[in-house]
Amino acid sequence: MGAGTSGMRGDTISTEGTPMRALRDTGSAILPLRLDSAGFAIDGKPLLSTLTLSIAPGRRLIVMGANGAGKSLFLRLCHGLIEPTSGRRFWADGTTRPDAQAMVFQRPVLLRRSVAANLDYPLKLRGMSRGARRDAVATTLQRFGLEPLADRPARLLSGGEQQRLALARAWAMRPEVLFLDEPCSALDPSATRIIEEMIESFAAEGITIVMTTHDLGQARRLAQDVAFLHRGRLIEHGPAAPFFAGPQAPEARAFLAGDLIW
Amino acid sequence: MDGPFGIALGLITSADAALMQIIGLSLRVTLTAVLIACVLGLPLGAGLALARFPGRAAVIVMFNALMGLPPVVAGLLVYLLLSRSGPFGDLGLLFTPTAMVIAQTLLILPIVISLTRSVVEDLWVEYREQLRSLGAGRLRAVPTLLWDGRVSLLTGVLAGFGRASAEVGAVLIVGGNIAGHTRTMTTAITLETARGSLGLAVALGIILMALTLTLNALAWGAGQWARGRLG
Repeated sequence: MGAGTSGMRGDTISTEGTPMRALRDTGSAILPLRLDSAGFAIDGKPLLSTLTLSIAPGRRLIVMGANGAGKSLFLRLCHGLIEPTSGRRFWADGTTRPDAQAMVFQRPVLLRRSVAANLDYPLKLRGMSRGARRDAVATTLQRFGLEPLADRPARLLSGGEQQRLALARAWAMRPEVLFLDEPCSALDPSATRIIEEMIESFAAEGITIVMTTHDLGQARRLAQDVAFLHRGRLIEHGPAAPFFAGPQAPEARAFLAGDLIW
Repeated sequence: MDGPFGIALGLITSADAALMQIIGLSLRVTLTAVLIACVLGLPLGAGLALARFPGRAAVIVMFNALMGLPPVVAGLLVYLLLSRSGPFGDLGLLFTPTAMVIAQTLLILPIVISLTRSVVEDLWVEYREQLRSLGAGRLRAVPTLLWDGRVSLLTGVLAGFGRASAEVGAVLIVGGNIAGHTRTMTTAITLETARGSLGLAVALGIILMALTLTLNALAWGAGQWARGRLG
């Protein structure tokens, strides 16, 4: 899995020390990601059903829905951590799990190593040379203002710093698409603002964002597109403005109304 | 001071040659056995933690049970393998330090494997999704998990060292307690006590205790330091 593709994608992993990526402006090699009536079931119990959608490059897609609607599973299915038990998932480059994607979890697991070593690790997995990794780690540390923390043990950082490192680690992997699963749910407002700014800057660089959140304010701030899930089904998918103005589906209306009551 | 403690202190403070020779051999044998058990046991234990195969549960139970393998039985087993009429008799290893290393490795290996499996299995639950997301498969996860579990694994390795340095049965059977050749601290204590020459026995006992105490203090200190340092 993925082993045969890692070499082919080497050209997109620019390591010249320049934070800008040529690929960004010319479009994406792996997007759109298409799901064709994809479903996921455990022991015959469907958790995701007949999902059909296309994730277009260069957009910020916010996945919404109540707890248990399948938002996290949906991200894992897209990212390739789980395989559809029915239907299909297609990447535009034809591979089953392209390298140019990354995911940041609600509670990211940082390795019991220094901040710099955490950034270095996935690059090493991708077979980058030692010199190229050193440059890439230095660039990433600088880009996110992590230089003063470079030698600190990652596990001893504050929650906000840990999430910042997790995002930086994902960025260093040069993703075309970044999946974010409730990245701010455990953070205070100021840390949340920093993370949202990071996400916006990623999007400005051309990284496609697919993110779940239960925070409607955050969804309104970040969304260009919205996918609304209800009990494992995709109820609505489209541009954010009309969705927030007046969703078509009654479930989505109820969900947004719940926001107003709170 | 002619009591055993007086003699013991005299031997220790004068760094008696025979005493030093025994301590040196004991440490050499046990440390070599620990090293071999780690080289084999760490990857095997981690592999056992991540691999899924039929009979896995039986293998795990077996290694857990072998942690309590009586040293004399381990000694007997190695004796049968290495004796003149045994399958490896031609190697002429019986009653050599090498035979003692083999027997002690056999004692330590199940400890290292079982504790490694337990540590790595727990870490895997936490790391699994993240490592997959970053691009590491099961095989590539093994060194990552071993390194990230290094503090807990140190405890397992020290438990192995403690077991090997304290045991008499195995080294006595396969080593033969030959003076200047295969006599270790524990076999010497056994012999000297039986002969009534308690001075050397007490001296070795004190050193063995001091060694264990020092190692455990170091392990505890390393654990505390790592927790503060690595989180």
